[in-house]
Amino acid sequence: MGLRNFFDRIEPHFAKGGKYEKLFPVYEMVESFLYTPRTVTTAAPHARSYIDMKRIMTYVVIATIPCILVGLYNVGFQVNSAIAVHGASGWRAWLIEALGIGFDPANPFANFMHGLLYFLPIYITTLVVGGIWEVIFATVRGHEVNEGFLVTSMLYALILPASAPLWQVALGISFGVVIGKEVFGGTGKNFLNPALTGRAFLYFAYPAQMSGDTIWTPVDGFSGATALSVSASDGYAQLAADGMSWMDAFIGTIQGSIGETSTLACLIGLAFLLFTKIANWRLVVGCLAGMIGFSTLLNVIGSDTNPMFAMPWYWHLVVGGYAFGLVFMVTEPVSASHTNLGRYFYGALIGFMVVMIRVINPAFPEGMMLAILFGNVFAPLIDYFVVQANIKRRAKRNA
Amino acid sequence: MAQTKRELLVDPLVDNNPITLQVLGICSALAVTSSLKVAFVMALAVTLVTAFSSMFISILRNQIPGAIRIIVQMVIIASLVIIVDQILKAYAYEISKTLSVFVGLIITNCIVMGRAEAFAMKNPPIASFIDGIGNGLGYGLILMMVGVIRELFGSGSLFGITILPTVNNGGWYVPNGLLLLPPSAFFVIGLLIWAFRTWKPEQVEEREYKIQTVEAH
Repeated sequence: MGLRNFFDRIEPHFAKGGKYEKLFPVYEMVESFLYTPRTVTTAAPHARSYIDMKRIMTYVVIATIPCILVGLYNVGFQVNSAIAVHGASGWRAWLIEALGIGFDPANPFANFMHGLLYFLPIYITTLVVGGIWEVIFATVRGHEVNEGFLVTSMLYALILPASAPLWQVALGISFGVVIGKEVFGGTGKNFLNPALTGRAFLYFAYPAQMSGDTIWTPVDGFSGATALSVSASDGYAQLAADGMSWMDAFIGTIQGSIGETSTLACLIGLAFLLFTKIANWRLVVGCLAGMIGFSTLLNVIGSDTNPMFAMPWYWHLVVGGYAFGLVFMVTEPVSASHTNLGRYFYGALIGFMVVMIRVINPAFPEGMMLAILFGNVFAPLIDYFVVQANIKRRAKRNA
Repeated sequence: MAQTKRELLVDPLVDNNPITLQVLGICSALAVTSSLKVAFVMALAVTLVTAFSSMFISILRNQIPGAIRIIVQMVIIASLVIIVDQILKAYAYEISKTLSVFVGLIITNCIVMGRAEAFAMKNPPIASFIDGIGNGLGYGLILMMVGVIRELFGSGSLFGITILPTVNNGGWYVPNGLLLLPPSAFFVIGLLIWAFRTWKPEQVEEREYKIQTVEAH
């Protein structure tokens, strides 16, 4: 246990009165990342559970692994397919050629490596810049840096397009961490999802780099619309004509942000989160019910001018960020409703809003990000009504 | 009177700023700050309206019946706003078009009503006039600060003069589109309030609740 001894030896320097007292949060972060936190509650009630925040956050990161893997493959696949037509350029192409991997879209390893070269710079930028903000706030405010940041940075990197410029990535995560989380007091007090806050900032600040047809596959001259923008202009039937089957969208070999294209990978993550009870199933049920209910209603109503009305729910499920948002954002325990009854309503509100924005609002082809942020804002209000209803019911019973 | 004339003028700039401390007049601060020129004209208009309305209300303060004082104040403020609006239309038509309805909405600006009700009704005319100027300047100061941030980073210019050449015009700066949308002023004003309260901790409001620590037994 050399490492443990090392930590024990240097701890006094960081404790109160030590030389590096101010840097205690940094010490605490590294130590609790490697070992189980030793802090325990000193006052009753003493509930015992193996699920602490560290484990919850780590489980969420584990649940994103399928999305990362499929995402890396898909980014590389899209890039390599485009390179076959438009030719390769840039340092990534140079590196791939130097390593002798090649650009064959039929070779999964080549796809995977190429995707990695796009994902890693984004992810590392996110970690470094976001991490610096976290440590600054932890040091000044004296709270801890915890694994929640790993979740935020992973989710944030996965919902960006592969072509995102790194300085924008840095700006977005700064906004997400500071405005979305730290100004409200840090992890556990954020009523907005920090990853989505950062993404929304980029979406409104730099629409040219964050939406459109040319950004999803970072190859010069390539243009590929997402399934949602094709459906918005020509109807979802056009997707099949363009050669995209429902199965393609389900497995995830389509245009989109890095980690969100594969519904299958998201569902694997969901199964893991539900099995470990990190995600609350009521949120998932609510969100599915809201989406299925409202999209079916719109199918029945129909429209001559807006082809999105006809999109059935099983297409809404697999295109855009719906599945990813459902699994990793809607179920985020802090920004969701906290009462069990409220969770159904919260989920349903988001499911309803997604379809609403996608179908009826012509300005935004995708609505999951905005719908979840909208739901975040309403979560405390929903809780309030649930709690008040409960108080009223009990008062009546005891009257 | 407790305050000197100098305090009346300087206090509202930072220590008792109508926007950052009293959080009044936010609506127009969101709407008109995307370009510095417009923000400047707006600040000027509000300063003049606040100063003169405070003065006139103060002159009439002993004649105004308490029951209808708000109506009388509104009449005075509205007349001044209409004068300002007409002057802008006559001499600065382009800016008056950009400001559109927000000049008229100075009537509803809480700062004008607030100063009339809180200060001018109880103080002599000259002090009220200075107080109005001071509050107008405090409002203008924040407007200009927000305007500088929004115009510089949103379109790369100040007062319409290019500072950061944007990509669309062959430069290097990618303008931040969010800053051109009104909601961004919420963030900017919020950050300004944060900065002001870090600088002057006595402005921080008391918590509505206290976190209690429980002793172990």
